[in-house]
Amino acid sequence: MGVGIAVEQLNAFYGKTQALFDINITVLANHATALIGPSGCGKSTFIRCLNRMHETVPEARVEGKVSIGDLSVYNGTSATELRRRVGMVFQKPNPFPTMSIYDNVAAGLRLNGFRNRKKLDEIVQRSLHSAALWDEVKDHLHKKSGASLSGGQQQRLCIARALAVQPEVLLMDEPCSALDPISTGKIEELIFQLKEQYTIVIVTHNMQQAARVAEFTGFFLLGKMIEFDKTEKIFTNPSDKRTEDYVTGRFG
Amino acid sequence: MNSTSTAAPIPQITMPPVSWRRRVTDHVMTGVSVLTVLLVLLPLIAIFGYLVFKGIGSINIAFLTQTPKPVGEPGGGMANAIAGSMVILGIASLLGVPLGIGAGIFLSEYGRNRYGDVVRFVSDVLNGVPSIVIGIVAYGLVVMRQKHFSALAGGVALAIMMIPTIARTTEQMLLLVPQAIREAAYGLGVSRWRTTLSITLRTATSGVITGVMLAFARVAGETAPLLFTAFGNQFWNWKADQPTAALSLQIFTYAISPFDEWHRQAWAGALVLIVLIVGAVAAVRIAVRHGTLAGA
Amino acid sequence: MRTRFQQQMEDLREKLLRMGGLAELAVDRACQAYTERDLTRCQLVLENESLINAAEREIDELAFDILATQQPAAVDLRFILAVTKINADLERVGDQAVNIAERIMDLIELPAVDLPVDIPRMATAVSAMVRRALESFVEGKAELAQAVLEMDHVVDRMRDEAFIVLVRKMNEQPQVTQQALDALLVARNLERVADHATNISEDVIFWVLGADVRHHAQAASVAPRPERREQ
Repeated sequence: MGVGIAVEQLNAFYGKTQALFDINITVLANHATALIGPSGCGKSTFIRCLNRMHETVPEARVEGKVSIGDLSVYNGTSATELRRRVGMVFQKPNPFPTMSIYDNVAAGLRLNGFRNRKKLDEIVQRSLHSAALWDEVKDHLHKKSGASLSGGQQQRLCIARALAVQPEVLLMDEPCSALDPISTGKIEELIFQLKEQYTIVIVTHNMQQAARVAEFTGFFLLGKMIEFDKTEKIFTNPSDKRTEDYVTGRFG
Repeated sequence: MNSTSTAAPIPQITMPPVSWRRRVTDHVMTGVSVLTVLLVLLPLIAIFGYLVFKGIGSINIAFLTQTPKPVGEPGGGMANAIAGSMVILGIASLLGVPLGIGAGIFLSEYGRNRYGDVVRFVSDVLNGVPSIVIGIVAYGLVVMRQKHFSALAGGVALAIMMIPTIARTTEQMLLLVPQAIREAAYGLGVSRWRTTLSITLRTATSGVITGVMLAFARVAGETAPLLFTAFGNQFWNWKADQPTAALSLQIFTYAISPFDEWHRQAWAGALVLIVLIVGAVAAVRIAVRHGTLAGA
Repeated sequence: MRTRFQQQMEDLREKLLRMGGLAELAVDRACQAYTERDLTRCQLVLENESLINAAEREIDELAFDILATQQPAAVDLRFILAVTKINADLERVGDQAVNIAERIMDLIELPAVDLPVDIPRMATAVSAMVRRALESFVEGKAELAQAVLEMDHVVDRMRDEAFIVLVRKMNEQPQVTQQALDALLVARNLERVADHATNISEDVIFWVLGADVRHHAQAASVAPRPERREQ
């Protein structure tokens, strides 16, 4: 089951540059929340603060409080421990190229010490089912490498890989930007089903996508969160003029 | 149709046809490229051909299985030198490959800073040190301590020569692994060192192996560093702490001798050496391709 | 940004305003024809009806096109939805003008009779409502639209009064029943025009405020939104 995310007064810095200013959000469990905004507005930075991936950049610093469920992200949990409970799917599909499909999905578990072959088989199958990829690859699990699949399949493979470690939250950073409309449609369908078990936060450039998959939407601009509300409100009658200007295509 | 552009239209021009001059130049340059390739390959083919011509006659079972006979007696072989080379190269690889790869990992993952630059500089300098000097250093470090020549000393000398090449190519291959792959691993909650070994290194495997084989092929034929370390041996020796025969040493000794019989054997030895090196590299290549997945 | 989209929206707005002008003109002509018993004006109304119908088709087509190709959101989406509804109401206004013209043509053939009902006054009120509703659309001002909603009650009362007065007249003087009936129908048609003007105003409020005030629901606030832009 998914858990909620509470963000209080989050400020993020890269060296001397401040990237996020006083972000306050509550993300509801088992819902999909979309983050929209023009390029460089901080939405990717924000989502990477949720699983401490921004720390891979040197001189990155964060102030404020983030809690995922009952877990405090910045106080007391190691980054690796946290990332086992918060999965991430990236903009460009990045399966491990030298590993087979099976090994890709099992990677998260194996690299963390899990060895039971029978259970691994089960988890791999279940994850590939959840990612709607099982039927397409079940005959080539060990023979084909992760990189030999098409773009849409690769992304679903990455989703399966993220789901295999059984996270509670799934963070998706523009997961469909590199994909064709049909693959995008399949993944959006997927998000719809995944919502029942996981809490999903999705960053997207495509406003229609946010409108299609997410119950809540947050609009980011220049590192601040301008408006956060139900998706239908943001797209039919937003409260802030800047939100409206973005949503109607007057800038961005 | 509504035009959304407010810029002035691009003036229409007609492109002239490709002149005969440009076509001729194109052909000429293609010809020049082919010519340079041939020029480069020529010495290689010439050496190999000449070796085969001069040495093939002297290769027989006896050559490959017997130790050298004393001066004046016909026959004998370089079996012990072949075995000795394998032992020395084995020791060199055992020492040089892990150290080289380790240095490469440091440089690419943790060394994008001043410390890394220092290590890189030292490595480049070491690469340029003459092989005889390295031999003397190994002499001082190992032979003088142990008071005798040994295969171990020879292995140490060759390892020192392997390390810079392996380190630099490993670094380059690891840098080629896209950051996205590492991030995928971090996102799964894999620790940094685990990611480096199990993911990054594994992705760069074929490139790293190429670097290792390059270093191996280079040191396999070295003679100078072995002069004062392995020293050579007329008899069988499997002990690493005793003077050991090596193909390159044996070829050297025979080649500068005044005996025709030994000259013939030197040619044969040179041919065997080349064949063994090429064979080793090819075998590794095939093994790597076999172990690679479809589409990887 | 989105030059083509903005041009299309501007196009839509202009088309609707032109149609509104045609509808307003039709109502005014019909009312003048009543006062002056002018047959020519009636005929003009009948002839120009086809223009109004053609405009309705054009506007619906353009709105449909924009929806399909531009995926408008928020205020733009509300604008297009409002335009399609206002479109329909304006076309009905045109129909009502034709109905009024037909009643007047009937009246002209009958002997003139002095009826105690003040049709011209009602016509003026209704005409003002239509004009103000279209103004509120032009200006994008919800307060103007709200004012129209309030005038509707007045016109309803006028219609009711006309009904009572004319029925009494018919009872007292049965020989003028036809004229009285015609006048009654004209009054009813005018009241329908007022209803359409009300609908148009509700649609303007929906567009401007995002509030659905149909069937007398109250908007949270009819005060203008900050920084209203040219639509």
